[in-house]
Amino acid sequence: MEQRFMSSRTLVSAQDWQAAARSCAAGDKTLVALWGEIGFVHMALCAPDGSRTELISCACPDGTFPSVARIHTPADRLERAITDLCGLRPDAGHDARAWLDHGRWGVSHPLGARGPAAAQVFYEFLPVQGESLHQIPVGPVHAGIIEPGHFRFTAQGETVVRLEQRLGYVHKGIESLMAGADIARGAQIAARISGDSTVAYGWAFASAVEHALRLDVPPRARYLRALMAEMERVANHLGDIGAICNDGAFALMLAHCGVLRERVLRTAAACFGHRMMQGCIVPGGVATGLDAQGTAAIRGLVKEIGEAFPDLIDLYDNTASLQDRTVGTGALRPDLAARFGAGGVVGRASGRAVDVRRTPGYAPYESLKFEVPVRAEGDVNARVWVRILEVEQSLSLIGQILDALPAGKIRVDVPPVKKECEGFAVIEGFRGDVFVWLRIGADGTILRCHPRDPSWFQWPLLENVIKDNIVADFPLCNKSFNCSYSGHDL
Amino acid sequence: MGASVRNFLLEGLFRKPLTEPAPGASEAAAQELAQAVDRAARRRLGRSLSIRQVDAGSCNGCELEIHALNNAFYDLERLGLHFVASPRHADVLLVTGPVTKNMREALERTYNATPNPKWVVALGDCAFDGGVFADSYAVAGGVSAVVPVDLHIRGCPPTPTQILEGLLALLESQETQPVTVSR
Repeated sequence: MEQRFMSSRTLVSAQDWQAAARSCAAGDKTLVALWGEIGFVHMALCAPDGSRTELISCACPDGTFPSVARIHTPADRLERAITDLCGLRPDAGHDARAWLDHGRWGVSHPLGARGPAAAQVFYEFLPVQGESLHQIPVGPVHAGIIEPGHFRFTAQGETVVRLEQRLGYVHKGIESLMAGADIARGAQIAARISGDSTVAYGWAFASAVEHALRLDVPPRARYLRALMAEMERVANHLGDIGAICNDGAFALMLAHCGVLRERVLRTAAACFGHRMMQGCIVPGGVATGLDAQGTAAIRGLVKEIGEAFPDLIDLYDNTASLQDRTVGTGALRPDLAARFGAGGVVGRASGRAVDVRRTPGYAPYESLKFEVPVRAEGDVNARVWVRILEVEQSLSLIGQILDALPAGKIRVDVPPVKKECEGFAVIEGFRGDVFVWLRIGADGTILRCHPRDPSWFQWPLLENVIKDNIVADFPLCNKSFNCSYSGHDL
Repeated sequence: MGASVRNFLLEGLFRKPLTEPAPGASEAAAQELAQAVDRAARRRLGRSLSIRQVDAGSCNGCELEIHALNNAFYDLERLGLHFVASPRHADVLLVTGPVTKNMREALERTYNATPNPKWVVALGDCAFDGGVFADSYAVAGGVSAVVPVDLHIRGCPPTPTQILEGLLALLESQETQPVTVSR
């Protein structure tokens, strides 16, 4: 099997469900995902090091389920989303406000027993009290070229006292579109959950299907998937490093990182036919192979970035005016990163040394050498540095993958589905661990699919880190997190 | 200025520019525009457009390619096209995504906040007709289901070159008309 995950999902009692929530709160487990469907809520948890992912379910015959958020706060928004989408209610939810449902869909509980539209209620932000406070509402349409969401800042002078986010603006009903889709269409939708992570989602979706169908993927396909994933990571990290510096008014870095990023995208287009490699990973393998010319192009790319990158690191590290903006800014406490199970750069810059490529690990990474860079400071600077170090690791991985690329087929046919089955996968995207769970019906259509973006556990932490920073540092904090709106809103 | 900043700037002086020649204007786009753009509007705007981008529900793929327009290879601003932070400053709304129902009002308000004359460019396959998300309860449809669209640039996402071709067609549709200066 490509994935070293157990497939079992266990139905547990309400008591055991709450015990699982308590083990998350105690730090013995990390909450991976929490989602619902008619009559049931499901939870995925893993050990704090990312290993031993397990799935449990709890029946909710009367439409309520034992609240996890009451015991373990990071579940809060997930529970609100379950209520919006499935109509199931936590027995003691501590935040009754709708999250994804803004009262505009023309229907309520689209994944549950559909009813008439929820009334459009005025969204009440949490009250903030104190002397000489003012509020700054931002979005959903932002000043830059970014995704939409609303940020409500409360500031005292220049200092942010509280940030409250309101998301859900780009909710496209992805889970609803998945239900009833065949596997090929499911893969198309998965590739468009978050455009910057199209490889990671493509891989996670394909692996979940392969897990469900016990389908083995040819070794060459596994290596090509990892190749694409590392190219995606390099492209996005380069873009982020440049953009973070640009938000510190240091445009030179953006210009140079932008050139390298463009080189990655052009190489991807030349090798795989799409600049972002969208649709290149399919259930059963990969859609496009790599010929000798493509291999040479990627080696050339690795060489070019490898030569240009050290000067850029030097530039970042030796520009005092830029360091002044990034060092100490937006520090995320390691205990919070751990409690929220913050994946990706956000977690690793705050001491959470989790990378699912390493633990639990999946092919072909166990045959490749790489380090998982970790910093403890948790500030913008640490997040820049983790990205820098990860670019270096990814370049090394790309070289190793090309050296070891096995010959053979790149794809096997997905066999006809004979009986209802379930599968899941966790893939390390550039933003963190992308989780996809699905159930396929006996007729081969997807009955239910839940993709969980790492942003679910990063967005709430962004609210925390901006506190006591100045308003002008928000773009730096935000960009250094670079959470997904589309992946979160679904 | 630090030594490394100096080195970068100095090297930049002697290296050949990366910027590539601009592509020709897309013919399909020119045809769509010929019907859409009215002469009076063309006269009032010079050969320069301010663009306000609105993500009305995109997966973020289109945004990444719009960003790429600003990199050294495409260097959008040399062509008189630049992005602005407010619809009040914009001639063009560049809208991406299937319009989600949760973004519908924000898009309408942004459109209404943009002064006349204005154009709407719908970017990407989702903005054309909702793309893979077309049948969802949460999606209003393509951009034209919510605000009038003057030009569609297709693709998932369209490449920076395709976006440039479309935007240049928009510029040229203004240029080909005689400009009368009133005194």
